[in-house]
Amino acid sequence: MEKSMTTEAGTTTLRTYDEINRKIESGKAVVLTAEEIIDFVDQHGLEEAAKQVDVVTTATFGPMCSSGCFLNFGHSTPRIRITEAWINDVMAYSGVAAVDVYLGATQLRHHDPANMYEVGEFRYGGGHVIEELIAGKELQLFALSYGTDEYPRRELRTYFTINDLNQAIMVNPRNCYQNYNVAVNCSAKRIYTYLGILEPHMGNMTYCSAGQLSPLLNDPWYRTIGVGTSVWLAGARGIVYAEGTQHASLAMRGENGVPQEGAGTLALTANMKEMRPEFVRGVSLKGYGVSLALGVGIPIPILDLDILKATCVRDADLYAHIVDYANDYPNRTGKTLAKVSYAQLRTGEVTLNGKTIPVSSMSSYHKAQEVAALLKDAITAGDFLLSEPSSLLPRQQGMKPLQMRGPSR
Amino acid sequence: MTQTVITKKYYLFFPKSETEKPIVYNLVKNHNLIINIFRAKVSAQEEGYLSLDITGTPEDIARGLAYVQTFNVTISEMNKGMVWNREHCAQCGNCTAHCPTQALHVADPVSRRVAYSEEECIECMACLENCPYGACTSAY
Repeated sequence: MEKSMTTEAGTTTLRTYDEINRKIESGKAVVLTAEEIIDFVDQHGLEEAAKQVDVVTTATFGPMCSSGCFLNFGHSTPRIRITEAWINDVMAYSGVAAVDVYLGATQLRHHDPANMYEVGEFRYGGGHVIEELIAGKELQLFALSYGTDEYPRRELRTYFTINDLNQAIMVNPRNCYQNYNVAVNCSAKRIYTYLGILEPHMGNMTYCSAGQLSPLLNDPWYRTIGVGTSVWLAGARGIVYAEGTQHASLAMRGENGVPQEGAGTLALTANMKEMRPEFVRGVSLKGYGVSLALGVGIPIPILDLDILKATCVRDADLYAHIVDYANDYPNRTGKTLAKVSYAQLRTGEVTLNGKTIPVSSMSSYHKAQEVAALLKDAITAGDFLLSEPSSLLPRQQGMKPLQMRGPSR
Repeated sequence: MTQTVITKKYYLFFPKSETEKPIVYNLVKNHNLIINIFRAKVSAQEEGYLSLDITGTPEDIARGLAYVQTFNVTISEMNKGMVWNREHCAQCGNCTAHCPTQALHVADPVSRRVAYSEEECIECMACLENCPYGACTSAY
């Protein structure tokens, strides 16, 4: 090895970001997915993999509620300073500049009865508007204003596609949860949650993670995924712009250092005009609401042996905790029922307290595989360069609960 | 001589004029057929939809269907009542734990793709309310 540096983790540097990017540009980078690296290391050993592999691609596809987008419509004649706006009857926030709005994934459509009459279906909302926008469909903008001297228009109704917009920038405050709860329902009645419908008496169990393919499960201590990291967001080249909301690295971790609960999160942004509609999907969760499912891919540069080892993690070594969503989750009791591996979850059955429970996933492992492969192809073809984080994500950070103050607590 | 008994799945559409006739009764009584109705609906326009299994000898089934065809009824083989849209499916597999017959199932443990075996579907429609992507819909 020409250079020998020591990283903070105490292992020898194998290659730098610059060296990897030069290899990518010359079409010589060796890239494997987070699934392929497992078999490669099993066959050839860690040392050989360290020599050969430059980048491992990770990915996930699932509902990510904390997502949305800033849109700029351009100015009408006469001008309007929008104070209220609806896109296909879904309200967008307009407390920003004149013709900018922010549309959130979980916003319901105007007049959606929500859960007012039995259980709501939530067929259409912010996530669906975003899906249609990226699919190139024509949408309706309805906007109101109070009118000012330089923005005299007080009402506006028109139709637009993504191509008519000056900017359509996805800005997601919380994506890619490092790990997640596994949900069951211990009560005697059916419940409706963001992890799907849960039948009574532990009638079924749901989880939501790409497991061994998931970005932050392959970089448990945020060695390479940080603020400024280039990501593949639904086909567009985006970046991690901040730690995600509720980023809480002080989590329960296993002996391998990998969190067994929520833990880290990422705030992501990318240009929606470059996105692919099959990786941006509106989500309807009966009795819960609407959301947006996104495909995210993140490359991990194999800078040293520890980074490589972390990418070799497999479903059998990744655990999550089973939580009762009828009582323990809503009331924050902190109680969990058991710990279960993703390998076990993927068999479709888990036995808990003597009962065999059917298991399903809210996250699409198949789509995550597609994303990991597409990102691998883009890097191999020299179309996607890596970027070194400008700052790392916090490693010693918890999450505060909301303290209820005042007379009505 | 023993005759092989088979079970086939049909989806029948009855226009308004035919919904008052006891067609299923006659299939049982006159054609020795065992009928297992999965789902039936008469719309506000008085059109009828019927998803059912028919069990009997191939000859009896053929005769029974010939009888049904004397009415203005549209007969479709296989399950047409629950429609799985492959393009809308995001392959999450959330439906699979809710599907009582594994008609919707994980095709293989490697790709974890969702597959649909139409002949296994009993039209309980559990998938409809469990699919976050609207990939499962009812024909009626």
